Amino acid sequence: MWAQEVAFWIIAVAMGLSAIGVVRSRNVVHAALFLVVVLAGSAAVYILLLAEFVAWVQVLVYIGAIVVLFLFGIMLTRAPMRDDAKKLDNDQRLMSAVVGLFLFGVLTVFLVDAFGSQKIRFTNSLVPLGSTASVGSDIFHQYVIPFEVVSMLLLAALVGAVVLARKD
Amino acid sequence: MPINYFLVLSAFLFCAGAYGVLARRNSVLVLMSVELMLNAVNINLVAFSAGLHDVSGQVFALFVITIAAAEVGIGLAIVLLIFRNLRSADLDQVEQLKG
Amino acid sequence: MLDHVWIIPLIPAVSFVLILLFGKRMPFKGAEIGITSIASSFVLAIVVAVQWITRVENVTGKAQGLAALGKGVLSIPEGGKKTEVAPIIHGFTWWQNGAAKFVVGARVDGLVVMMLIVVTTISLLVHVYSTAYMHGDRRYTYFYAALSLFSASMLLLVVSSNLLQLLVGWELVGLCSFMLIGHWWEEKPNSNAALKAFLTTRTGDVGLMIGVIICFFAANTFDISGINSYALGAHADHGLLLVAAIALMFGIMGKSGQFFLHTWLPDAMAGPTPVSALIHAATMVVAGVYLGARVYPVFWNGFSIGGGGFNMMAVVGGVTIIVGALLAFAQDDIKKVLAYSTISQLGYMVMALGVGAWGAAIFHLFTHAFFKALLFLGAGAISHAATHHSFDMKKEMGGLRKFMPITFWTFMIGTLALAGIFPLAGFWSKDEILATAGQSDFKVFMVVGLVGAGLTAAYMTRCVYLTFFGHYRGHHHPHEAEPAITIPLVILAVLSVVAGLLNAAPFHIEKFGKWVEQVGAFPELLHPKFDYVLAATSVSIVVILIGGATFFWFRREEIGALHDLTKRNRLAHAGFTFLERKYFLDDLYEGVIVAGIKGPIAQASYWVNQNVIDGFVKGTGRTAVKVGQFTYTAIDRKVVDAAITGLAKETGAAGGELSKVQSGKVQRYALLLLAAVGLIGLAVYIYNVV
Repeated sequence: MWAQEVAFWIIAVAMGLSAIGVVRSRNVVHAALFLVVVLAGSAAVYILLLAEFVAWVQVLVYIGAIVVLFLFGIMLTRAPMRDDAKKLDNDQRLMSAVVGLFLFGVLTVFLVDAFGSQKIRFTNSLVPLGSTASVGSDIFHQYVIPFEVVSMLLLAALVGAVVLARKD
Repeated sequence: MPINYFLVLSAFLFCAGAYGVLARRNSVLVLMSVELMLNAVNINLVAFSAGLHDVSGQVFALFVITIAAAEVGIGLAIVLLIFRNLRSADLDQVEQLKG
Repeated sequence: MLDHVWIIPLIPAVSFVLILLFGKRMPFKGAEIGITSIASSFVLAIVVAVQWITRVENVTGKAQGLAALGKGVLSIPEGGKKTEVAPIIHGFTWWQNGAAKFVVGARVDGLVVMMLIVVTTISLLVHVYSTAYMHGDRRYTYFYAALSLFSASMLLLVVSSNLLQLLVGWELVGLCSFMLIGHWWEEKPNSNAALKAFLTTRTGDVGLMIGVIICFFAANTFDISGINSYALGAHADHGLLLVAAIALMFGIMGKSGQFFLHTWLPDAMAGPTPVSALIHAATMVVAGVYLGARVYPVFWNGFSIGGGGFNMMAVVGGVTIIVGALLAFAQDDIKKVLAYSTISQLGYMVMALGVGAWGAAIFHLFTHAFFKALLFLGAGAISHAATHHSFDMKKEMGGLRKFMPITFWTFMIGTLALAGIFPLAGFWSKDEILATAGQSDFKVFMVVGLVGAGLTAAYMTRCVYLTFFGHYRGHHHPHEAEPAITIPLVILAVLSVVAGLLNAAPFHIEKFGKWVEQVGAFPELLHPKFDYVLAATSVSIVVILIGGATFFWFRREEIGALHDLTKRNRLAHAGFTFLERKYFLDDLYEGVIVAGIKGPIAQASYWVNQNVIDGFVKGTGRTAVKVGQFTYTAIDRKVVDAAITGLAKETGAAGGELSKVQSGKVQRYALLLLAAVGLIGLAVYIYNVV
């Protein structure tokens, strides 16, 4: 279905450019905003893949909470907000770029080679798959223990963050 | 639609995040790059979930999101501590392991 | 028990170890272990004796009981050849090197049985005696340990089946003699005496070892039966046996105190009296005689004893008789008198062997052990109870018969036995020697023996007079000794009376000879008939001399002509001095021989050692030092060290470079990590695809 492909390409390009923006921007706040675009694009991709619940959770949690957290972090650590490229990148930029490109190349080759022939069939059965009920039932039937563990993890992270950040 | 599109996209996001982790000096920006990488993984998971008609991928994606949130919380707390100790969030100044 | 006779030496050996380990903690300080062990050996020796005698009686039957009664000079009785009672020999080979076989073995025959009885009996009596005599001694426990070791060694020597083992026992008894003579070594004269004893016997042992080696090479075996068979066989090399016999004679001379290696025996009296009684009267000194009797065919063949005339054994023995007897006259110390008497009697035994009187020599050994031990223990009793540890007859003794009756009577019995008065033990044995000498071609030695008998009587009378008669010259309170001392004296006295009757020919008793005499590889010996004339002669000589001596000593004060004769008359004085200085032999040995070696020869060897040998060694050392220095500077420092230092520098440099990896920056690590991951992935991909 060509509509999905077109949608995909638009979203993909936006995401790609924003990702580059995140890692290359000279302004910290700009980087955070580019991140928002990437995350939103992600949510759009999820919806494209008929995973509604995940898309909404992505928007809620990632964009709603995590990016806000980042902005707070930027504020509290007095990150330099002016344009200062030298100060935001360290001296292994070049090597990192090389490694990054290399890694991208290797991964692409892998993935294309391994999954080149696979296609996603957008059948009718896929629609209820991504519904909240379906995801919820899978969590609480099969993955209830990891769910509990993750809850514990969140609690630990909460307490840990409070302990770490307090002034004593 | 070939699943490759999503996988390559995911790979691209991942490598961009890797570049950011390696090259950025500010710790908050490093954390942002880490979020980028996690996000890339999520896309991968959900793509396969749709491709294999298995909802487990989405469940995993949810877990990843949750854990990412926890990790960002802790990470920022640590960055705050580093900032308090070193007066700056510059990662280049955290070289106590130098040997 | 005949097959397990090795147990008899083993028990005292075990007792030696036990006393050393536990003696001091025991209630009787180790004496109980010693007495028990030697008593067990004694009982076992009796058992062995009974078994052997039964064996002999069964084999030979009653017909042999009449052998040589007044008939037949030769040993072959009418009607047939002598019945053989083979010795019982057991052993195991502990090492074999080609033809040389080294055996550890035990041998039982009549001679061994007799020696077992003698050694265990005297040892047991001495053990009991020492509980009183050595009471409170500074090294009581070690004394008993040494006594046990000595008993074990002597018994080992006696039961040996081969000469090498006998040599081991021989050396061990020499060691024990050294230990026991020097028991009170804190006083220098005692340790000197011990050294003198050891070294003098050692001088003889050189000959002994040469003799043993020659016997081995001649007979190709160390085994006693083998050597005896060889010596009497048709292929025996007479010259070789002569040399062997002479060499062995030296060993006998050293150990059994024959002239001229006798000088150690009187000095050995520095040891405790029980030691003198056991070792230097009854057992160790007879080891030489035992050796002579053991390998008698070697001597028989080597010295051609069968042919009569003069041979080394008889001459040495004869000279020893006279030398010892004369010296006994010049002693003031009662133990020294007895020591010279022992030397003289040992001379009798060796002379007897030399004239072919094998049985007589052994019989004399048997009887002498009892009465000599008796005399020594009696002297010990006197010193213990009457003279406060002094043995000086002239200064501390006299008139003791009133105070010590048991000691007196037993000493008298011992003296009469020694002198050879009928019917005591010494008479029978000494007479048999004289008879054999007289009835074969050794008549000179018969005369020598008679003269010796007379002298023995005389000096013993002197000794007895000075000790027990006259006035008490001492300053102490003499009294009889305790039972632990007197009971052994009484037992020995009884034995001195009856032991001779084992071979009393006129009473048709030839038991000793039958039980002890060797058969098999043994020369045909002369069995003399009992010579009444000779017996009467010898007894009368003895009686006359006892009487004469008694007269002399009892009436000495009244005969002005004899008073202080040796001080007035120059000839008498010279004679006395000659005797007093023991024929100047000690001066010869120590002053001339030892000093000569100590002085010039030792100095010369020292010079050679210091300058020649040490010079060579020092030169080698100096050269080695120079080589070392060169190696160090030229090779070690320049080449080897440079290489090492260079290597170290390079390693340091490399390390410096590598340390830059550890920058402490996490991102740097992460970079490396991701790069590595990429590379590995690529490698795996290529590997899988290609």
